[in-house]
Amino acid sequence: MSAPLLEVRSLVKQYPATTAVDGVSFSVPEGICFGLLGPNGAGKTTTVEIMEGILPPTAGEVRYRGQPLGARFREEAGILFQKTALQDFLTVRQCIALFRGLYTHGLEVEEVIRICALEKLARRDARKLSGGQQQRLLLAIALVNDPAVLFLDEPTTGLDPQARRNFWQLVESIKARRKTIILTTHYMEEAELLCDEIAIMDRGRIVAQGPPRRLLQEHFAEVLLELPRQDFPESARALPLKLIDSTERVEITTHDLEGTLRALLAAQVPLSNLRIRPPNLEDLFLELTGKELRP
Amino acid sequence: MIRRLLSVFHARNLEFLRDRGTLIFTVVLPIMLVIGMGFVFGGPQRPLFKVGVLGPHDDTRAHPFLAERYVQFVPLPERTEALHKLSHQQLDLLVDLSGSTRYWVNTDAPKGYVVERLLRAAEPGARREPVTGAAVRYIDWLFPGILGMNMMFSCLFGVGYVVLRYRKSGFLKRLHATPLTAFEFLSAQVLSRLTLILFVTGVLYAGIGAVIGFHSAGSAALLALLAIAGALCMIALGLTIAARFSSEELVGGLLNLLTWPMRLRAGVWFSLEGSPRWVQWVAHVFPLTQLLDAARAVMLDGAGLAQIAPQLSYLAATTLVFLAFGAWSFRWRIE
Repeated sequence: MSAPLLEVRSLVKQYPATTAVDGVSFSVPEGICFGLLGPNGAGKTTTVEIMEGILPPTAGEVRYRGQPLGARFREEAGILFQKTALQDFLTVRQCIALFRGLYTHGLEVEEVIRICALEKLARRDARKLSGGQQQRLLLAIALVNDPAVLFLDEPTTGLDPQARRNFWQLVESIKARRKTIILTTHYMEEAELLCDEIAIMDRGRIVAQGPPRRLLQEHFAEVLLELPRQDFPESARALPLKLIDSTERVEITTHDLEGTLRALLAAQVPLSNLRIRPPNLEDLFLELTGKELRP
Repeated sequence: MIRRLLSVFHARNLEFLRDRGTLIFTVVLPIMLVIGMGFVFGGPQRPLFKVGVLGPHDDTRAHPFLAERYVQFVPLPERTEALHKLSHQQLDLLVDLSGSTRYWVNTDAPKGYVVERLLRAAEPGARREPVTGAAVRYIDWLFPGILGMNMMFSCLFGVGYVVLRYRKSGFLKRLHATPLTAFEFLSAQVLSRLTLILFVTGVLYAGIGAVIGFHSAGSAALLALLAIAGALCMIALGLTIAARFSSEELVGGLLNLLTWPMRLRAGVWFSLEGSPRWVQWVAHVFPLTQLLDAARAVMLDGAGLAQIAPQLSYLAATTLVFLAFGAWSFRWRIE
């Protein structure tokens, strides 16, 4: 395994009323896509902003290539914040050129425009872009210094499904260039598609960490049965089943699919809306925290 | 460093030049003000003789001349200041009634000729001292004030609100994630605003000069130096106000708190002479007052570098204080 590009050591961030990050430690090897997952308020954006050097930690430290964050990190990091406004009255090309001028090394403006498929928008006022186009521009700005590490903080929040899928394709093309990516998201599909390794956060702590497939194998040797809540009578709760309640459905994890189905039929549970599927990251989060991942 | 500074400088200039509304407002408002004031105040003066008196003047029995009607007698303690006013035709005649009567008259002033006749009728043996000098029109006196006030608004609000907007929108936070330093960012803002202010002020100076015509006795280079010093000082003051805060109401209130006294008491519209002493003292704390005093000295009296050195030094010193405080208190993001 290669040496870590980024190391987070015992990170703590306290505010007067709350502890947003509570002793978080992990490391990110070079060339992987590392996902920080968690619901809103879990502490993932705070953790990432400390990693980006934007927020000072209350305690702990972040090291880049074995050194505290410094000038080299700022030159080699690309960042896409959850929300960013740009200067008014500038075209797409001028916005990219502005940020290109802030770095010593990087890609040509035209190359970044090509990578992010912004050729037809290059002369357009940046304020007049759609949500998906705006995110592509912000990604272009994050790539302008040809970064060794790219931070993407909830990059597809608020995008329509098509724009989201287009953005994922762009991120996959960046992954193919062996860039290290730190991705925060609460979209499980996004994490499963893009991330090589994930850390799940809840209440400022990491509750699980590792490659998604391994984490699922570790926590779920079972299959998962899903029933609408209204189809699951209270009397069936007396059955010796492993249940996970969520807002709209009841989930049952089991090693013995046939035995479970027989028990449900015997309890007169209607099975016409039953779904049987393998567990995913959302199930993992429910398993670990007892909460739904999405707010 | 220069490359980063120029990138931000260039982008800010583009933003300003493409914001047509702000650009037009910045240029057109002072032109309208000067034309309006010139129209209102540029006509013939009131038919009242104004005579400065050195020595006793209250008792009309002290001298028969003091009993003349249609003449306003103004007590003046300082002869140098009184002669300065006479040379600018702010007085029609100056008399010294302590001892044997002596008077000074501006030989370029028609009203001086008339009021001299009245004095000589009252005392034929009074000793005459001629003085020369063209009249200072109100428009000539007002013009530096208009330019200075335009500069003040553009510097304080232009820089203050721009930085505040950048912070509130998250643009500053995004810049903070690059190698750009606070010093580079602030320097780019100062240079951008300074360039725009000097350009606009230069256009106004030349344009209004060509349209209305005004008197400038001093060096244009010295005026340019003053414009740079004054603009830098007020830009730095604007940055100081906007360095930390994120509330538009608070920053707007603070900027108004600064600009209203300067608008009223820095001598833009009327001379501060006659104001209570403490008002004059407070007014001279304002950068705008220092700028206007020096600009009027250059434009009206032809003052040189040595004469305006105190004002230049004051502006330079306060610029450094404001910049140091602004850099120290600067915040990239909303706390």
